[in-house]
Amino acid sequence: MTSAEITAQSADPHHLGHGDHKRAPGRGVGGPASKRIVVGYGFWIFLLSDIVMFSGFFAAYAVLHDATAGGPTSAQLFDVRNTAIETALLLASSFACGLASLAVDARKPIWVHAALAVTFVFGFAFVGLEAREFADLVARGAGPSRSAFLSAFFTLVGCHGLHVSAGLLWMLTMSAQLFAKGFRADILRRFLCFSLFWHALDIIWVAIFTLVYLFGAKP
Amino acid sequence: MSETERRASAEPLETDLAPGDEGDGSTDLLPGLRGYLIGLGLAVLLTVASFTLPGTSLIWGPGIPVALIVLAIAQMGVHLVFFLHLTTAPDNTNNVLALAFGVLIVALVIFGSLWIMSNLNANMMPDAAMSGMSMHGM
Repeated sequence: MTSAEITAQSADPHHLGHGDHKRAPGRGVGGPASKRIVVGYGFWIFLLSDIVMFSGFFAAYAVLHDATAGGPTSAQLFDVRNTAIETALLLASSFACGLASLAVDARKPIWVHAALAVTFVFGFAFVGLEAREFADLVARGAGPSRSAFLSAFFTLVGCHGLHVSAGLLWMLTMSAQLFAKGFRADILRRFLCFSLFWHALDIIWVAIFTLVYLFGAKP
Repeated sequence: MSETERRASAEPLETDLAPGDEGDGSTDLLPGLRGYLIGLGLAVLLTVASFTLPGTSLIWGPGIPVALIVLAIAQMGVHLVFFLHLTTAPDNTNNVLALAFGVLIVALVIFGSLWIMSNLNANMMPDAAMSGMSMHGM
C-alpha cells in the first residue's frame, strides 16, 4: 500500500467518497445511497405523516362514535356487504398496481399500461361505490351535519376517498409520462412513489373497514 | 484484513434485495410475481376472516373486537412486507425506523385521545345536574 493510499484511507475510513452503487444501503456504509433509495425513504416519510394525520381522524371518529345526537347510529346505517365489495375492489386494484411495478421492472410498456388500466378501473369502481354510499346516506337524512358521529364518519372515510381520487389522477399522469418519456430513471422513481402511495391507501382502508364498518355494524 | 474489507465480506449487500424489489435490470419476474401472489393470498384470507368472524360463533362474543384488531394488524403487516417491500435488509433500516416512529405517534394519538375522553366522560356531571347548577349560579 502506498503512502498516498494510506492517507486517503485515514481521511475517509468508510469510503464515503467512493460510493459503489450496489453497496450503499443509505447508512453511510459504502458511500451515499442510490437516488432510488433516498427518494423511496423521503416518500415513505410523507406516507407516514399522512398516516399520522389519518390517526387524528380515527381518534376523532372513535371518540365521537356514540355522539349521535338522537340521530341514526352506525348499526342502523352501515351495509357490510357494500364494504366487502369495496374492500375486494381496492385489494384487486393494489394487486394490479403490483403487477404494473413488475412490468415496469421488466420494461414491458404494453403490460405496464394494461396493468395500470386494470388498477384504474378497480380504483374508480371503489370511488364510485363510496360516492353512491355517501349519496344514499345524505338522501336518508344522515348527512355530515346530522350529528358529531356522522361528521367524523364523513371526514375520515371521505378523506380516504379523496386520497384514492387523487391517486387515480396521479395514475393517469403516470401512465402518460411512461408513454411519452419511456423508462427514464426519474420516471421510474416517480412510479415507485406512486406505487407506494397506492399500496399505502389500501393499508388505511384496512383500518377503516375494521374500525368503522365491522365495529360499527355490530349492534 | 482491513476493517473495510472485513465489513464488505461480512455483508454481501448485493444480494440483499427485497422480495419483488427492482433488481439490476434482471428480467426474472417469477420471484416478484410469487411475492405479490403470496401477499394477495394472505390478504384475501385475512379479509375474509375479518368479514365472516362477526357473523359466526367461532369466537366468544366479547372477544370479537380483539380478534378483528389482530386480523387488521396482521393484514397491514402483509401489505407492508409483500406490497410495500419493507424488509430487514440494510437498505431498509431507515424505513423501518421511520415506521416505528410513525406507529408510536399513531398509538399515542389514538389511545391517548380515547383514554383522555373516556376519563372526561366518566368525570362529567350528568346533564341535569349541570343545568341545575348553572341556574343556581344565576
